[in-house]
Amino acid sequence: MADQFIAATGTAGSAYSGLAVSARRKTLPGPLWLRVLLGAIIPLAVLGIWQLIVSLGLIPSYRLPSPASVVLAGVDLANRGLLFSSIAISVQRVLIGFVAGSLVGLVAASAVGLSRVVSSLLAPTLGALRAVPSLAWVPLLGLYLGINEDSKVALIAIGAFFPVYTTVSAALRHVDPQLVEAGRAYGYTGTRLLGLVQLPAVVPSVISSLRLALAQSWLFLVAAELLASALGLGHLLVDSQNNGRIDRLFLVIILLGVFGKVTDALVGLLERYLLRRWGS
Amino acid sequence: MPTVPALPVVLAGVGRTFGDRRVLRDIDLEIAAGEIVAIIGASGSGKSTLLRQVGGLDQPDSGTVTIDGTPLNGVDQRTAIAFQEPRLLPWRSVARNVEVGLPRSTPRAEGRARVDELLRLVQLEDAKSLRPRQISGGMAQRASLARALARGPGVLVLDEPFGALDALTRLTMQDLLLEIHSAEPATILLVTHDVDEALYLADRVILLGTEPGYPANSGAVIRSVITVPGKRPRDRGSASLAQLRAELLDGLGVSTHHPAHTF
Ligand SMILES: Nc1ncnc2c1ncn2[C@@H]1O[C@H](COP(=O)(O)OP(=O)(O)OP(=O)(O)O)[C@@H](O)[C@H]1O
Ligand SMILES: [Mg+2]
Repeated sequence: MADQFIAATGTAGSAYSGLAVSARRKTLPGPLWLRVLLGAIIPLAVLGIWQLIVSLGLIPSYRLPSPASVVLAGVDLANRGLLFSSIAISVQRVLIGFVAGSLVGLVAASAVGLSRVVSSLLAPTLGALRAVPSLAWVPLLGLYLGINEDSKVALIAIGAFFPVYTTVSAALRHVDPQLVEAGRAYGYTGTRLLGLVQLPAVVPSVISSLRLALAQSWLFLVAAELLASALGLGHLLVDSQNNGRIDRLFLVIILLGVFGKVTDALVGLLERYLLRRWGS
Repeated sequence: MPTVPALPVVLAGVGRTFGDRRVLRDIDLEIAAGEIVAIIGASGSGKSTLLRQVGGLDQPDSGTVTIDGTPLNGVDQRTAIAFQEPRLLPWRSVARNVEVGLPRSTPRAEGRARVDELLRLVQLEDAKSLRPRQISGGMAQRASLARALARGPGVLVLDEPFGALDALTRLTMQDLLLEIHSAEPATILLVTHDVDEALYLADRVILLGTEPGYPANSGAVIRSVITVPGKRPRDRGSASLAQLRAELLDGLGVSTHHPAHTF
């Protein structure tokens, strides 16, 4: 109810102000520090409860490490030179796989959305491939590409490809045909028409698909590194499990959350730029 | 200014059927270079469909459309069309939307100057950097007209170009169109619901509709062609036009309460 009301007055009020983009985001009005404070309440409370449970000895430390020991595990890993190299290799894999997969997804979606021939040719096959649970590719990729960087990056790219391909090709099918026709009437065809009408029209879908693709990329990174790798955050997970280092497990899970959120925020910056440029 | 000279348009036996619904039948029409022809007809009588054939956006099932002697095959770069709806790209400013109409080879600086000039003509210079959702329906329609004019077309196809304008702006824009027409002559084919507008602007007025006694899906034909007397600019209140006005309204099936009919 309240949300709807805010959304309604938000759009009506901003119809002539050019602020519809920011009105669409459902953030609390008010100073930044207040929002930061509000957002920090739950994590701080969780931390407090965690510390309390540990201090009271409600759960033995081999099942729940103390917050301090998790920090120490991080310091220890850093001293051994393992922390930053693990983070660096994982972030590198995610970024390369994400960028490659989404670019190929964008190109495939454009080709399928643009040309009926390409669509009839590609869409059924890609649809069938999508139906394969993506993790099923892991052993095959391991065999074909070897257990190396390529197979891991390829798996992440597959994970990033499908959200972009599916979302964008569906959105391209629903671009206002009247606008497409207007573009045609002014002599635009093929890729020029794509650049004039179709792609700008699907910018919001592209952005939300990129966010999905990024989340998929992290998921597939962990899957790839869990199954076969000698370095990386996923490898650190398996290693810690085998050695009973629950403090490290907690550390890696928190790190994955933090880096997932940071990269998502970067896509958020891209979103703001794109919507300012291409939003209506 | 990059303009194509006015070009003659010939429609010969043009027909268009959608499924089992015939919309147009046997349309024969010769439009001289630089002529202004207005089409009037009831809603759904196929006016927009006819314009789409001339604009090359739709192909007739029978007959041909010829522009300056060459039969049409798809969109022709010498033709510009302003649609019944403004159809502006929502993510582009008004000025950048008008830019879309420029011929492809226009140099940047020249294109910018042309867009500025057109925006001034259609009284949108203050709105040039606004997005379509920030302007009124009438402003959007004027932007759409400017986009069509940006082409410097030999044939200008206008689907109810002034439909969303208030009465006063409408009269101003009619005069503007005539000014542009005398400065940069183009062949103009326009649809309007306003009989007075047709008589004020056009050399000839075409009444489109199904023949009396035929079923509705037999296809619209040219019911009558009226040559409007006198040179432009015409006197909006002239008596000879009043007679034609009654005739046209009668053809549209509107009772005019004209003395000739009531007594
Ligand atoms: N692509 C299409 N497919 C099927 N039917 C169509 C199509 N385009 C137009 N029609 C039909 O053709 C008829 C004429 O449509 P058109 O848009 O040409 O009418 P109009 O004279 O422009 O009407 P209005 O004055 O309301 O704009 C309508 O019955 C419409 O349903
Ligand atoms: Mg129409």
